[in-house]
Amino acid sequence: MNIKKYLQVYSYFNYSSFSIELEYKVNLFIDLLTAILGLIGSVFLLSIFFSNTDEIGGWNFNQALIIQGIYTILNGVTNTWFNPNLKEIVKYVREGTLDYVLLKPIDSQFWVSFNRISPTGLIEILLGFFVLNYCFYINNISFTIWSLILLMITLICSISILYSLWFLISTTTIWFVKTWNATEVLRSFLYMGRFPMDSFSFSLRIFFSTFIPITFITTIPSEVLLGLSPAWKIILEVLVSMTFLIFSRKFWKFALRFYTSASS
Amino acid sequence: MRKNIIEVKDITKSFTISAKTPGIKGTLRHFFNRKTIEKKVVKNINFEITEGEIVGFLGANGAGKTTILKILCGLLYPSNGYISVAGSCPFKRETSFLKKITLIMGQKQQLIWDIPPIDSFYLNASIYGIEKSEAIKRIKDLSNMLEIDSELYLPVRKLSLGQRMKAELLAALIHKPSILFLDEPTLGLDINAQANLRKFLQIYNKQTGATILLTSHYMKDITYLCKRVICIHEGYITYDGKLEKLLTKLSPNKDVSIICKSIKDVEILKKLNIEIKNINDNQITFTVNKLDFKNTLKEILNKFDIEDLHINEPPIDEVIGKILINKK
Repeated sequence: MNIKKYLQVYSYFNYSSFSIELEYKVNLFIDLLTAILGLIGSVFLLSIFFSNTDEIGGWNFNQALIIQGIYTILNGVTNTWFNPNLKEIVKYVREGTLDYVLLKPIDSQFWVSFNRISPTGLIEILLGFFVLNYCFYINNISFTIWSLILLMITLICSISILYSLWFLISTTTIWFVKTWNATEVLRSFLYMGRFPMDSFSFSLRIFFSTFIPITFITTIPSEVLLGLSPAWKIILEVLVSMTFLIFSRKFWKFALRFYTSASS
Repeated sequence: MRKNIIEVKDITKSFTISAKTPGIKGTLRHFFNRKTIEKKVVKNINFEITEGEIVGFLGANGAGKTTILKILCGLLYPSNGYISVAGSCPFKRETSFLKKITLIMGQKQQLIWDIPPIDSFYLNASIYGIEKSEAIKRIKDLSNMLEIDSELYLPVRKLSLGQRMKAELLAALIHKPSILFLDEPTLGLDINAQANLRKFLQIYNKQTGATILLTSHYMKDITYLCKRVICIHEGYITYDGKLEKLLTKLSPNKDVSIICKSIKDVEILKKLNIEIKNINDNQITFTVNKLDFKNTLKEILNKFDIEDLHINEPPIDEVIGKILINKK
């Protein structure tokens, strides 16, 4: 793979996305407002849960706020990259414009995953890091380079798992054509990730950490920050994310064999 | 001697499709117990195309033309058979192969809707690994040929269909492909825009020696550009050869209408070896075989002092229409 070429193409993707967003100024402003109000709403909801109790599943409000911060970052990543790109796969398949993607001398998965970027999602990522920064202060977390590296590793793994899940569902479009609703279900499952894994019942914990590992992706980075995560959990997350990434790629390659294109 | 750039042997393509009966019952049955059938859309086709040829694919809607184009450019896997395009197996979609081809579809677009075409051109250039200075040169050359200039800096959504199609062509040709697959490129364009596009394709073919495969329902596209046509009917090739030969085969005669100076001349004309269609006072209309046309006309002009002469050929759309309906 020619890294230089891919970086150049990616810079053009970003440039055209920014150009498109700037064409619609009001929409940009509304997206920004939605991101801020969304975060305020989520923190308010969390404070309601903690209004009658000090702990949920062993997590107090200040610790749970870390999960909220991680969730906001992941939601920002979702809104920046996954939503504008992976949602479009359905359109590419339905309208047959995937033809143009497949005929370009470039990796088709790269194209469909990174073709667009929604800059307003970046604000959400910044807000998430701002919340995390605040959490360092209120939880008296001693900040080390090592914890930062671990946080970044677990965050990247979480993003990979989320991406793979979303991409897997979007890939099924090649057979079923309209699977957009399934990605919406995944999005609503992502809301579960705003709460600590331990606050769920045993059966739900199993469900949300194995079949759809949503809680896994927010709880482990939060535990890393608090110094609560054992090494095996981090290793497990790395393995799970790699498995998901490899599987989603193989699945895409397999699915393309069944692509029938749209009739003219 | 020019070598074959495309070789197709015994290609078949089937699709699994589900049919639905009308009404709510049919809809529910379709939902719970979907019945699928395998439909062969391309059936054992064979042909070869040499470098630099312009070949037109003719056929009714659903005949299998677009499917063949999509198999040739590697978008669809054939169910059976052998294909070689520019020395590669298309459906492997190797980078070297993809750099040699381009697909232009009249009803689909690759340009980014909300931004000017120039941005899409630079994006395409980077995908094909073309240096920016070279990309600028190619854009300039092609935009001169296509006669578009200021339109390159307007958002695509603000362009007319004709301008958009020119920009689509530019985006598709920036990597100098040697094989062009064109699926109804003039669809929806006005007469002038169609003519400009045809002219451009002809010049491009002459200048670059590119091979062009074209499907179109506008017969002018075919007659202007293609010497050779391949007729497809229900997935089969029903004719592969020169367009002129096909037209002679389908429409062997011409109608000649002569206004004679006197009725006496009409009477003499009747005695000639011609198939008379109609006589109206001193006007006689007859049918003559295209092969005898020259001699017959020479004889008439030598023998008679005529007032006026009309030669009528059936419109080409009508002639080609026959093969689309009758599977001749």
